[in-house]
Amino acid sequence: MDALMNFGQGLFGGAWPAVWALVKIVLIVAPMMLGVAYLTYFERKVIGYMQVRIGPNRVGPWGLIQPIADGLKLLLKEIIVPATANKGIFVIAPMLAIAPALAAWAVVPFTDSLVLANIDASLLYIMAITSMGVYGIILSGWASNSKYAFLGAMRSAAQMVSYEISMGFSLICVLMVSNSLNLVEIVNVQNQGRFADWGLSFLSWNWLPLFPMFLVYLISGVAETNRAPFDVAEGESEIVAGFHVEYSGMAFAVFFLAEYANMILVAALTSIMFLGGWLSPVGFLPDGILWLFAKMSAILFLFLWFRATFPRYRYDQLMRLGWKVFLPICLIWLVVVGVWMMSPLNIWK
Amino acid sequence: MDFQTGVFYFLSAILIFASLRVITARNPVHAALHLILAFFTCGGIWALLQAEFLAIAIILVYVGAVMVLFLFVVMMLDINIDRIRQGFWNYLPLGALLGLLMVMEMGLVLGSKYFQVPAAEAMVPAGVSNTKSIGALMFTDYVYPFELASLILLVGMIAAIVLTYRGPKKSKYTNPNQQVFVKAKDRVRVLQMPVEKD
Repeated sequence: MDALMNFGQGLFGGAWPAVWALVKIVLIVAPMMLGVAYLTYFERKVIGYMQVRIGPNRVGPWGLIQPIADGLKLLLKEIIVPATANKGIFVIAPMLAIAPALAAWAVVPFTDSLVLANIDASLLYIMAITSMGVYGIILSGWASNSKYAFLGAMRSAAQMVSYEISMGFSLICVLMVSNSLNLVEIVNVQNQGRFADWGLSFLSWNWLPLFPMFLVYLISGVAETNRAPFDVAEGESEIVAGFHVEYSGMAFAVFFLAEYANMILVAALTSIMFLGGWLSPVGFLPDGILWLFAKMSAILFLFLWFRATFPRYRYDQLMRLGWKVFLPICLIWLVVVGVWMMSPLNIWK
Repeated sequence: MDFQTGVFYFLSAILIFASLRVITARNPVHAALHLILAFFTCGGIWALLQAEFLAIAIILVYVGAVMVLFLFVVMMLDINIDRIRQGFWNYLPLGALLGLLMVMEMGLVLGSKYFQVPAAEAMVPAGVSNTKSIGALMFTDYVYPFELASLILLVGMIAAIVLTYRGPKKSKYTNPNQQVFVKAKDRVRVLQMPVEKD
């Protein structure tokens, strides 16, 4: 590592820190994009088997090259801009959708040293950046100048704003018990406690004492990414395809990249906040990045399982869930955690 | 010129351009978008001043929540731009007066150093994060003003609900609360009956 640093220093001189940061960004984004591509393959296979079909199996062995073929096809297609669309915003909207999904990865820790920017306010940063993801959807819907797209955008804006509140409250509980906004610190705090001393650290992770918040966060995460059963923004049967109905080619694909990148992000955040990140579940196995990937894969499988199993929520039911069920649960559990922490039974010292 | 100054001028240029476009753009949605850009750049400048909590808070609150709803409303409105511009010359004197006042106030605050009045400058002890010190101050020295502000916000929220509440619905409507708890056996009755033979 030192040799690499010295070599870079010699090659680029004073610009080396900037170049090294760029290299690290590429090292995070490139595997993530590959992960996005294979998540689509995984999704089609999993849902295929759940519906007693085979799924993609023609391109390459077991259909493994299918996502690459899909990507190539979309790259070669023409991007059609509708005649009455607002052209500038129409083009910017997909970029606004994917940029927050990628920017949030800057502070996501993979192990306690493997993180691009270990900043103190990383939890706040994540909340701020992910809250901007909604613009891509609203603007695409508005700029398309199409009724279906506009309806999809309106639905999605209302939905994301509502679920962001319960998501924020569940994260407030996490930061209360970990006494820090730093994601690395949040994971390290989960490795303390009675169960962790017994070698059963998976029982001292945040999911157990904050179980309602864990569920709220996971379900709000599904809603935030506009995934089934909360995909009213797309709602094929009612509004054709929702906000991206006027998009074609790569512009359309970018919306999908953003959706899947957001899914991976929510999976990573759930693993870090509630499932102990890179920590090993039992004392006799070493901690490591593979644990994080395993937890993320499990949560992503849940996302796909939801999609194959649940029918779409109706819009008013979805709003009721966000405002009348999750918000009260969050407010009550916030008080419960506060009282718990002030009482002699406090387990987070 | 060091790197930080360069970034400052870059962000300031964007901020000034975006703010100008907010008031000059003909399309209200474009104006709202430039306002979002202005907030975001403002957050960038605050981050440059090492006020990371304020920087993230403005993005979280204004860009992430307030402006989404704002844009939501602006998109739904059917705005006639010519009608809005009609009273421009009538309102200009009052607007110019207010603008001048604001410029003067800002000049007094920012120019206090120039006029030899020592302004209170924030002293940040090294090694204490900005977020932590703001939190500590908010819940110790300024706890009553802070609680009072939150109370005012709560009253404002309730007032908005009361103003728009138009009494119980008179039309027929479905209650999603009851709907989601429906079980199959509430709706379908399976009968067991012997097979009929001719």
